[in-house]
Amino acid sequence: MPTKRDFKSGTVVDGFTDSVLPVASSGDISPTISNPARRNFLRRGSTLAGGVLTGGASLAAAAPLAVPESMQTFGKPIPENDYGVPSKFESNVRRRRTDVFKNRQNFSDWSFTPLQDQHGIITPNGLIYERHHNGTPDIDPAKHRLVIHGMVKQPLEFTMEDLLRYPAVSKFYFMECSGNGLTDWLKAASTTVQQTHGLLSCAQWTGVPVSWLLDETGIDPGAKWVMFEGADGAGHVRSVPLKKVLDDCLIVYAQNGEMLRPEQGYPVRLFVPGWEGNVCVKWLRRIKVGDQPWNFRSETARYTDPMPDGMWRQFSFDMECKSVITRPSGGMSIKPGMHEIQGFAWSGNGTIRAVDVTVDGGATWREARLEEPVLDKCLTRFRYAWDWKGGPATIASRAVDSTGYVQPTVADITKVRAIVGFVQHHNGIFPWSVSASGEVKNAIA
Amino acid sequence: MRSPSLLSVLAVALTAAGCATQQGSTTQAAPPSPHVKFGKPISNADLAAWDIDIRTTDGKGLPVGRGTVAEGKTVYDAKCIACHGADAKGGAVYGTMVGGIGSFKTTTRVLTPGSMYPYAPILFDYIRRAMPMDHPQSLTTNEIYAVSAYLLNLNGIIPDNAVMDQNTLAQVQMPNRNGFIVDDRPDTKAVRCMTNCK
Repeated sequence: MPTKRDFKSGTVVDGFTDSVLPVASSGDISPTISNPARRNFLRRGSTLAGGVLTGGASLAAAAPLAVPESMQTFGKPIPENDYGVPSKFESNVRRRRTDVFKNRQNFSDWSFTPLQDQHGIITPNGLIYERHHNGTPDIDPAKHRLVIHGMVKQPLEFTMEDLLRYPAVSKFYFMECSGNGLTDWLKAASTTVQQTHGLLSCAQWTGVPVSWLLDETGIDPGAKWVMFEGADGAGHVRSVPLKKVLDDCLIVYAQNGEMLRPEQGYPVRLFVPGWEGNVCVKWLRRIKVGDQPWNFRSETARYTDPMPDGMWRQFSFDMECKSVITRPSGGMSIKPGMHEIQGFAWSGNGTIRAVDVTVDGGATWREARLEEPVLDKCLTRFRYAWDWKGGPATIASRAVDSTGYVQPTVADITKVRAIVGFVQHHNGIFPWSVSASGEVKNAIA
Repeated sequence: MRSPSLLSVLAVALTAAGCATQQGSTTQAAPPSPHVKFGKPISNADLAAWDIDIRTTDGKGLPVGRGTVAEGKTVYDAKCIACHGADAKGGAVYGTMVGGIGSFKTTTRVLTPGSMYPYAPILFDYIRRAMPMDHPQSLTTNEIYAVSAYLLNLNGIIPDNAVMDQNTLAQVQMPNRNGFIVDDRPDTKAVRCMTNCK
């Protein structure tokens, strides 16, 4: 920590004298003291920046600047230990349950990631969406056990200590709930992109390939499916084809550099890249190898898709190619001039090859810029410069993935599926309308 | 000696994991196994308390036990009614668990165990692992068979005098037995139109 003398004399950093610091004791600094030259520079700078952002509209000059209070006193000292949290001024950036589809209890419920406030492709751990079937259990990792049995040569038990001894693998992947968007197929029920698309997050996941553990147990001939079961009060359970399990599934114990959060499956979960979040079983305690799917409630009565003629599509695991504009998006208000349209694109079947943006309701599309990194089964950022002239507009994005699949419209999907009731796997193009006064609204209808 | 070989194997595996790149690939196959073994053998007998899954297509895993429709009503009225309501018609927390059979070809599909479950043992598996929500895995095997029988009877699928056990439950023919198709996506063929699109 600098001494008081440092404040009075100016500090020397790497040979440069910081002459901007006022030469005064912290007790008698006037808030009006400022450096005139610096103030003029800032005023010029803000005028220039404003000119770019508004497309050259004339602006009133900025008001004279005072020295910020933050420069005239101590900052908050470093505590002996802590866990950092966001600025109090960001307290509106939160996971939220929705008021569009309200459950009458909050144990089997969900909360949404605030995508409109996410910068870059990684979702902070405290904002990764939640979907539980009987709340979040509180599990002591020292007591937790993972068991693999069934059609294996040798059933095995693993402690967390055991799992952490294996070489680790870290991968960036998106995760999306199959129910993302279920309230907004045919009518604009939701206001914000958090409500329409917030059952979507992206993280760097760290753990051990399931194939390594199955290599250790050995697999009996004829094995084709694998059951994964959680240690929560719902005993949540799904069947996954052995081929996918051996291909790229991970036993994950960490996300974004730290151990999993309790609501994300602490101390260990399954991660199935590109597939619906529901199969990424949290609080994983048991893996059983079999020769056919179990047909649990969670893969028959739920997480199935209504089809024409009263039928249901089952084991529809892939989260198909999709994109959405997150800024500007529902609930925002914009001014005429230059805007960067920002959004996410992702595909459970590969990488994003291209994203197109329309600002005229789908009559004309232009290719957006994809920002590196563009990763397999991961959120990809797209950006598109838009000079909004001020009239009514409808904006939307359309993604293409590395298989050549083009994100469909809801109308395209309606032709081949039944959109009735609680419909999963909504990957339709999602439009926002911009009114003449700049109000941005959900325009899915 | 295990240590030297283990270290070299770990080094190889770590290198493989480090070199694997996500970018530009369409799949991310798992790195090869490091062939280290940290799991401890466990007998099937020692994990019996955990082995609760039922293969619902044929009832494999159903434990020995039995329950009647009347017994099921008694259990239901004591432990389920607060959330699911009288006669399973919907209550304070959840909607109906009765009816909906035949509704899937209408514009309002009513999803209940009766209308939706393709296999009756789903009832046993799900009730045992998840219900009642405040005390999962608290019901006895006979109580679970009984509640399963009661719900099937309320849906008109089994008669009043039916007994559900490790054999009869899997033999119940559910109305939605043939209501499912396997994933056949991609099912849309959108085109990347750029101008004059509509």
